[in-house]
Amino acid sequence: MADSDTVTRAAPDTVKILIAGGFGVGKTTMVGSVSEIAPLRTEEPLTEAGLGIDDLAGIEDKKATTVALDFGRITIGDDLVLYLFGTPGQQRFWFMWNDLALGALGAVVLVDVRRPESSFAAIDFFERRGIPFVVGVNGFYGEHPYPPDEIRDALALPDHVQVLLCDARERGSCRDVLIALLDQLIAVAEDAEGGGTLTRPGR
Amino acid sequence: MGGGDTAGRLVRPFALTGGRTRPSRADFTLITTVTAVDPPPTWATRPQPEQQRILRHCVEPIAVAELAALLDLPVSVVVIMLCDLLEAGRITVRPPRPVSQTPDLDLLQKVRDGLGRL
Repeated sequence: MADSDTVTRAAPDTVKILIAGGFGVGKTTMVGSVSEIAPLRTEEPLTEAGLGIDDLAGIEDKKATTVALDFGRITIGDDLVLYLFGTPGQQRFWFMWNDLALGALGAVVLVDVRRPESSFAAIDFFERRGIPFVVGVNGFYGEHPYPPDEIRDALALPDHVQVLLCDARERGSCRDVLIALLDQLIAVAEDAEGGGTLTRPGR
Repeated sequence: MGGGDTAGRLVRPFALTGGRTRPSRADFTLITTVTAVDPPPTWATRPQPEQQRILRHCVEPIAVAELAALLDLPVSVVVIMLCDLLEAGRITVRPPRPVSQTPDLDLLQKVRDGLGRL
């Protein structure tokens, strides 16, 4: 029997960041590089949730299809846990993204320099919804043949979106991309707060 | 750890929910945390085996997505079972930190500091 004096640990606050990009661009690798647990996977059967979506045209009969979601966890403190969700890469599973994006702090869009077009749709998704994101250029084998500005031009990214060269296999590299996203979010938050006051109280 | 039930699933997932495919409540998200109520309420009935499995996994607070991965069940199935457990008074639920259009600077700074320690 449980000791009646046992105090159940309070549940932490939870927040999430999405790791998006085309199929096979390194999303799950990135999740695994920074997560404190081996990436977990949940599989969701595709049933009525997908009906009525244009992208499903032609595969309506595939009722048994499942869509997998890989995710990891970073404990920020006793009272705060960050989850990283790799979004499904195949475009036909995109209806899941709306649910996933709801309540996310922001997103990292991973780009494979060898086929940047595979991440266009992800960039478009976050731009349209006004969800803040940074672009991480995953250099396979650690190689980066193009400078960030060239990639920015190729992707037609607005100036406020940061482009970072990274290696999804490297923990430190992935951490830096996430920190860049947070810095971007903090800058926006400070602008919003600074609207009325010149200084804000120290933390 | 996720492969603990390697003997294979004997029951089709939605049989665990009595054929229901939709939860009775819509407020369980992937990062909603659930915690077993300990001790259970005196009026609690004996949980079914799958519910018992869930309760074992949420002795400590756990996110819905993690629970689903550990149980090797679809999130939608787990959520329906969690609704039952919540109505039975067996778990408590904590929604995720709301993220609104007006960003929470302290929260963002905390996440940033945490990432910096990685």
